[in-house]
Amino acid sequence: MVRPSEYDVGLIGRKATYKPYAQAIPGGFAIEKLDTAPCRMACPANLNVQGYVQMVKQEKYREAVQIIMQDLPFPGVLGRICPHRCEKSCRRLEVDEAVSIRELKRVAADHVDLMEIPVPEIVPKDEKVAVVGSGPASLTAAYFLALDGYQVAIYEAMPEPGGMMRYGIPEHRLPRNVLDHEIENLKRLGIEIHTGTEVGKDVTLEELKKHGARAIFVGTGAWRGLKLRIKGEEADGVKDVTSFLRDAHLGNLKKIRGKALIIGGGHSALDGARLALRMGADQAHIIYRRSRTEMLAEPEEIEEAEREGVKIHFLVAPMRVAVENGDVQGIECIRTRLTEPDTTGRRKPIPVEGSEFFIEADHIIPAVGQEPDLLFMGDNSPLEVSKWNLLVVNPETLQTNIPGIFAGGDVITGPATVIEAVEAGKRAARYMAMYLKGEELPTEWIEEPPMGNNWVEVPDDEPTKHRLRISTLPVEKRLSGFEEVNLLADETSAKEEAGRCLNCGSCCECYQCVEACKANAITLETHGQKRESVVLQVGAVIMSPGFEPFDPNKYDTYRYAIYPNVVTSMEFERILSSTGPYQGHLQRPSDEKEPKKIAWLQCVGSRDINRCDHSYCSSVCCMYATKEAVIAKEHAVHELDTAIFFMDMRTYGKDFEKYYNRAKDEMGVRYIRSRIHSIDGDPETDDVCLQYADENGVVRSETFDMVVLSVGLETPERLVQLAEGLGIELDQDNFVQTGSFSPVETSRKGIYVCGAFQEPKDIPYSVMEASAAACGAMANLSGVRGTLVQEKRYPAERDVSLEDPQIGVFVCNCGTNIGGIVDVPKVAAYARSLPGVAYVGENLFTCSQDSQDRMKEIILQENLNRVVVAACTPRTHEPLFQETLKDAGLNKYLFEMANIRNQCSWVHTGQKEEATEKAMDLVRMAVSRAQLICPLPQPTISVDDKALVVGGGVTGMTAALGLADQGFRTYLIEKSSELGGHALSLLTTWRGEEIHGPVKDMIDKVREHALIEVYKDSTISETKGFVGNFETTVSQMGEDVVLKHGAVVMAVGGDESEPSEYLYGDDDRVLTHLELDHAFNQGDKRLESSTAAVFIQCVGSREPERPYCSKVCCTHTMKSALKLKELNPSMDVFVLYRDIRTYGQREELYREARRNGVIFIRYSMEQKPQVQKMDEGISVTVRDHVLGRDIVIQTDLVVLASGIVPHDNASLAQMFKLSLNEDGFFMEAHAKLRPVEFATDGIFLAGMAHYPKPIEESIAQAKAAASRASVVLSKEQLTVEGVVSHVDELICRGCGECVEVCPYSAIELEEREEGRKVADVREALCKGCGSCAVACPTGAASIFHYDDEEVLTMVEAALD
Amino acid sequence: MSQQFNPKMIAFACNWCAYSAADLAGVSRFQYPPNVRIIRVMCSGRINPNFILKAFEMGADGVLVAG
Repeated sequence: MVRPSEYDVGLIGRKATYKPYAQAIPGGFAIEKLDTAPCRMACPANLNVQGYVQMVKQEKYREAVQIIMQDLPFPGVLGRICPHRCEKSCRRLEVDEAVSIRELKRVAADHVDLMEIPVPEIVPKDEKVAVVGSGPASLTAAYFLALDGYQVAIYEAMPEPGGMMRYGIPEHRLPRNVLDHEIENLKRLGIEIHTGTEVGKDVTLEELKKHGARAIFVGTGAWRGLKLRIKGEEADGVKDVTSFLRDAHLGNLKKIRGKALIIGGGHSALDGARLALRMGADQAHIIYRRSRTEMLAEPEEIEEAEREGVKIHFLVAPMRVAVENGDVQGIECIRTRLTEPDTTGRRKPIPVEGSEFFIEADHIIPAVGQEPDLLFMGDNSPLEVSKWNLLVVNPETLQTNIPGIFAGGDVITGPATVIEAVEAGKRAARYMAMYLKGEELPTEWIEEPPMGNNWVEVPDDEPTKHRLRISTLPVEKRLSGFEEVNLLADETSAKEEAGRCLNCGSCCECYQCVEACKANAITLETHGQKRESVVLQVGAVIMSPGFEPFDPNKYDTYRYAIYPNVVTSMEFERILSSTGPYQGHLQRPSDEKEPKKIAWLQCVGSRDINRCDHSYCSSVCCMYATKEAVIAKEHAVHELDTAIFFMDMRTYGKDFEKYYNRAKDEMGVRYIRSRIHSIDGDPETDDVCLQYADENGVVRSETFDMVVLSVGLETPERLVQLAEGLGIELDQDNFVQTGSFSPVETSRKGIYVCGAFQEPKDIPYSVMEASAAACGAMANLSGVRGTLVQEKRYPAERDVSLEDPQIGVFVCNCGTNIGGIVDVPKVAAYARSLPGVAYVGENLFTCSQDSQDRMKEIILQENLNRVVVAACTPRTHEPLFQETLKDAGLNKYLFEMANIRNQCSWVHTGQKEEATEKAMDLVRMAVSRAQLICPLPQPTISVDDKALVVGGGVTGMTAALGLADQGFRTYLIEKSSELGGHALSLLTTWRGEEIHGPVKDMIDKVREHALIEVYKDSTISETKGFVGNFETTVSQMGEDVVLKHGAVVMAVGGDESEPSEYLYGDDDRVLTHLELDHAFNQGDKRLESSTAAVFIQCVGSREPERPYCSKVCCTHTMKSALKLKELNPSMDVFVLYRDIRTYGQREELYREARRNGVIFIRYSMEQKPQVQKMDEGISVTVRDHVLGRDIVIQTDLVVLASGIVPHDNASLAQMFKLSLNEDGFFMEAHAKLRPVEFATDGIFLAGMAHYPKPIEESIAQAKAAASRASVVLSKEQLTVEGVVSHVDELICRGCGECVEVCPYSAIELEEREEGRKVADVREALCKGCGSCAVACPTGAASIFHYDDEEVLTMVEAALD
Repeated sequence: MSQQFNPKMIAFACNWCAYSAADLAGVSRFQYPPNVRIIRVMCSGRINPNFILKAFEMGADGVLVAG
């Protein structure tokens, strides 16, 4: 059965062995193991039921039998006669009926000839072991001891081995050839069986010991039938069932006549009766003193007996055997009744007085139990025997009171089943081996760990199905012989039956994966891995457990669970993914058809307190819905219509607004401002219908092929518990409580948080926070930095400069990835023929550790000086092989790869010949290049461990403190005369924290910090150098200071833009946000006295000339509006907006503002508000979109949410070789993954210089920049790559072409003697792109490792 | 024409983008004709026009510079 794949959010299934993350590198597999399946737990022998059932499902009968044989030696016997407790615990019973487990075992056994299975490898031991008896317990003990290597000899009194399996179970249930075969198989393990040898008579236990048996197992069974203890039972015609069955089998009893009467209700009573009929009895009757339900035999067994004519008299007890002239005449009986169940649950039969009656019979066969015959002990045995005549053993080890003598089976329990005897044999064998090894045995019973019930869930929609019904021999055929009654199920039915198994334990432990894994990555040890607890001593903890997507089942009107084409955004991500359920083809789940119309519903599980109690905005959904719509359009083969239903479009991040505009204007994504109430589905087509009111209030209905629910982010319960366990506080939304000035610190010192566990957020900000958390942790741990690092040492590099190329070529099979398509031996043979090749090898997996060790040996042995690996891509594997070269004393650049997997076997799957030919070409190209490549030096450069922070605002100060706290001396450059920046003009954070005080504290801390040098009134006039070695000239009031440092943090901030509209500057009642904060600070009376206030949003933002969103203004407006309402509750406060972007938990402020009566009026870009100066006050006119009319507001206060603009960063950018985006903000190296780094090494970015952001985000980013910078500063030396440009100064004419083209500014012109200019390469900056080599007109510039010849030789070889 | 034209192609691929795109094509099992030979360079800026001329001189029917 297949379980839902977590990675594909349940859209498709997976097996127990699966790839958790398809895109992970390396792509590892996982095996899911849950608690052991209940069937296995129920089996006394702990047989791996799930395992062999799964093998039968796949028709792998031999594997099934091998799985069974791991736990017992009798698959065929137990496949017939096991009372199958497993089936009673089968979880399939929750659905319909138990799986016919026993039958499946028989199917497996009957399809396999044990003799064809190779004997397992056994390491023989010298010790001899004797086994007394050859029943199931004895044979099992012998089996396991023999597998363990012991010399086992069995002594059996009867003429043939098998014990009760042979002499106690009639042949119609267990054909003798099955038993014979399985016993014969045991002999292959070296077990000797001495039949006809009765211990106690022919040989004694003592003698066995004398003959060398170091341990003895006694499994002599219980053969003596119990007496009825009634009159007349000594007569000739009375024979206990054990003797009856035995004599019949031995041939001592050939035929019986007349009427047989069996007394008892167990298996042997039925066996006796059915055998009696086959032996010629006219009739067979059973009397049983309880009722049908109390019978121990299975109902099918009873039914079959009755079909054969056995008559069962229930509630009848025997009184006396009537004997006349020594012949049995019949039996006098009495009827019984059952009492109510007693404390043990058993109902006792009580004779009913006066109900005596007589049954005529010629044979009376009591089947009321057996007891052991302890003749083997001889006289005066010291072995302890209980009052029930059973051997006394330690219940755990099964050792008797005499050390070295163990016992099991019926001789210790009284009559029981074969499977129980098997368990005893197996248990005894284990402890006998321990005894023989001289290990101490436990003295007490060891309790098994309690059974877990963490099993694979039974699917709700599991279809019901009857269990396998096997056919039986027609009754008329049965009584004439001893033919087996139960017939073998056919393979198809067996397969189907095995398919009913629910795979409770997930992994069935069939170990087929161990067989299949050619790399030996999965072994039995891998399977044996257990969860373990590890205690780690750490100085800091960083929490980044993330979030869980909201479960939309709570929105019953969206019918997520019912309509297949209503999916979550997470599911849609998987649908779009090339590693997803549909390999990246856009299709809908119901019918796998490509949708033509898709709708996204925003704010599912966000901004909603009615249905999900999540008042917050999830911050990321507007962007991801837009992205999904755009990508869906790109993936769609046909025209795709996409519509996003939203409340406010919150594209507030860097470059997000641009993306939104492009989606809307260029890609044609429709944005509809409407919250959808409910979804209707069409059961015929599985289409989905939405009803909504458009912006003009008109109700519309639209049908879509698919609906995507843009689900929000939430903290799952398990994380709430984790937080509780760790003692860190969560806020009302279950996110970690942090402060604006300590954005990654939890309430518990030393524990940091980052990512969506703190508040819903996107990737860039999560990555920033991650580095910020690391900064916090590193400040605590700076004293022990590097103490746990172990430096790897390499042997000295061999000088190969004078040697001819001795190339070693290693061709990889990559399991079957390459070898399955490309003819690897042929490629290898071809490689041998190539010039310079000294060695060729083939590997199954060249990248495995043992292959690496071998490669190292071969390099040394064969004296190789170049290595070519023909395998996969150098982009992932080159560093690994280069490491091996270094270990073998070769320069790492003496290596080349031929990518015959990604470029041959994987892309020319159907063209094996062509793929092989191409692989040969690629190897030839690689070898020809290998002849030319040379060792390259990797120069190291020292690192100056000081930092330069540009900008003394909150961001710059945080970065400086972050670095200085880690022990790095830091220069802080501020252009004004004061530290603190704009933060000093702000009133409070959105959380209401006062700003002024903490900033003042920060300034003091900076000033007092011994490692921070502050340069106020300073600007940067020049900078030189590169990562680790910068030299910057700072001008401080006309004086120049030269500072040396290893890293730079750019934290130059931004400014509030100056509005050019809405009467700003004309009327002092029109304020910006900063001015309003200032007015609040000053206690400006106008704020209280004004009867109305109007906020106008997006002033100078989201306009064609400044298209980005300034991110902070909406929140600031909420805060200010509330503050005004607080000052004067009767004031009418209006907010004129386009979209309210109170992302994350800032949404709470928006709610509060509405609750407090702030009036929100949306305006459009086409109809912006009009602000006019009147005689008294100001009039603001705005078009209300709901009423469709102009509204005129009279006010004394207009607040403009003016945007944030970058400084003029051009000169700094030029000096430090940094880039700016179109809006003038600095551009990071990668928007998502490297948000605080520049493409230029050693320079980092934080705060508003990157993009407008609130204080807590600036602080987090500043800490992140400090953290990233410390990675550079903490190194003593940096290693430069060898693939760099170099200039031959003799040929260089100083034209500067190379300087022009170098994208990394790594080349400069330098003056040599007599004013001659030459190009000089800064190797630390060079990325080895080679543009200079192309641009150079004289050929002076070239690039190591990719010089013209090294490339051209490949061209030649390719076309050779 | 009885014989199908089977052009010989040389592709110069930038290590950082085009070469990894070719890797991705492999990972995604995209099938394409087997008559192209990829030469890895650190940047498409490394491609000297001579390389292209050399390829044609050696008999290439097409050259792809991807980066």
